[in-house]
Amino acid sequence: METKILTCIGCPLGCTLTAVPNGESFDISGYTCKRGLEYAKKELTRPERTVTSTVRVSGGKASVTSVRTASDIPKDAIFRVMEAINAIVAPAPIAIGDILCEDIAGTGVALTATKAVEEK
Amino acid sequence: MNRIGVLVVGGGPAGLAAALAAKENGIDNVLILERDQELGGILNQCIHNGFGLHTFKQELTGPEYAGRFIDRVKEAGIPYKLGTMVMDIRPDRTVLAMNREEGMVEYACDAVVLAMGCRERPRGALNIPGYRPAGIYTAGAAQRLVNMEGYMPGKEVVILGSGDIGLIMARRMTLEGAKVHVVAELMPYSGGLKRNIVQCLDDFGIPLKLSHTVVDIQGKKRVEGVTIARVEGGKPVPGTEITYKCDTLLLSTGLIPENELSLSAGVELSRITSGPKVNESFETSVPGVFACGNVLHVHDLVDYVSEEAAQAGKAAAEYAKNGAKPACDTIPLIPTGGVRYTVPVAIRRDANQGEVTIRMRVDNVYQNKYLCLYKDGERLVRRKRMIMAPGEMETLKIDLSKLAGAEQITLRLED
Repeated sequence: METKILTCIGCPLGCTLTAVPNGESFDISGYTCKRGLEYAKKELTRPERTVTSTVRVSGGKASVTSVRTASDIPKDAIFRVMEAINAIVAPAPIAIGDILCEDIAGTGVALTATKAVEEK
Repeated sequence: MNRIGVLVVGGGPAGLAAALAAKENGIDNVLILERDQELGGILNQCIHNGFGLHTFKQELTGPEYAGRFIDRVKEAGIPYKLGTMVMDIRPDRTVLAMNREEGMVEYACDAVVLAMGCRERPRGALNIPGYRPAGIYTAGAAQRLVNMEGYMPGKEVVILGSGDIGLIMARRMTLEGAKVHVVAELMPYSGGLKRNIVQCLDDFGIPLKLSHTVVDIQGKKRVEGVTIARVEGGKPVPGTEITYKCDTLLLSTGLIPENELSLSAGVELSRITSGPKVNESFETSVPGVFACGNVLHVHDLVDYVSEEAAQAGKAAAEYAKNGAKPACDTIPLIPTGGVRYTVPVAIRRDANQGEVTIRMRVDNVYQNKYLCLYKDGERLVRRKRMIMAPGEMETLKIDLSKLAGAEQITLRLED
């Protein structure tokens, strides 16, 4: 294994992380907070992302609401999650934080609304 | 004429934070005027996550971040008017606004906070040859269509400009089933945040071509193709053209503070930021008129907008309570040696309590340099920076007491 340079996506600072192989694991440096260390560990073993998108709304003042996965999902499940998101139609009213799907595409992660939509 | 303590022009993140700070600092008579049908400004269409880590220690989406400030504004009982367009601001701080219910309304204001945000640079400002077919959008317009209206502008996409909105839209269009062929960037570096290159382009295998620009748009009624070429010394290099068959071109080529109203108020603008020149209290050249957020200078992080706007709102509240401070000389801040601009541009000599946050951008990509602050010939600050880029705002905080008696303050990069 060779040394890997990563850019942390934990926050907009985008710290440059260096991962030097050490036996089975990596020695990680360059992070400026705990999130950076966790990001590097995950990115090297099982990369994950938060997915944000929109869901169709019925009977609302707006035709869509924005949504997010409540936590990160595996990176290779992104498009599976998008397909599941696009199949949902949520009835208004919707409040920020409403759970629109308990387990999106079998990831075990909930899908929550990030924008309120009033009834028409 | 209606009398207002602090009038805030714009109900986006800057306006919300400024209004809250004005209220918290003792002004009961605060009013927010917003031209859209809801508060929150551009955050409403920024549905991606990454907002609020500094402010809330949580990674929020744009609407969630806005929602928190909107809730606080409502709890504080701050009045706001939606669908209300400010038509004119006069140097005496009379504000003329218009809406469907009241027609034209005039406000006499003790202080005004400018928080109008910015606009995208349109195609007309880019000199791209070709017809004017359907299918050419600014990235922000496309973002609004996809995220708020529920429409996809196209299926085969080329993006010009690697600003953050362009990068975010490359991912967004891909997630919704479009094919993003390439992101072309005129400069030899990206104007966006590094994290967005990783999670919006690299994750999806979308190529970023630096030092490239659009040299032709094909199609008369609808975009049929876009040709890009490599650029050297400001000119496209013959023979480097690549043509992509596509139906959509998104432009993410820069944001410009929206200062028509500032100009009518007589506010002096910076030629570099296109925003007002302000002092350490965010006061413009017109007494009692303050500016914050993207109308002042374009930010990368909404967290910094909120922080800056709260300071401007507090200063506006003090002005509304106490009137103008006595006239006073200012110490100029001079950007040089790689620093392109600073906000503020000057510090009042009588401001010697507390600290000032100096925000700035550099003019190129620099590695392993020191960001230095000089009081005349004396170096007061020297901070190591592994990497600096024009796309990432730099900040320095310094105690105002340390700057007392200076002729000028200089910001520069050193080895």
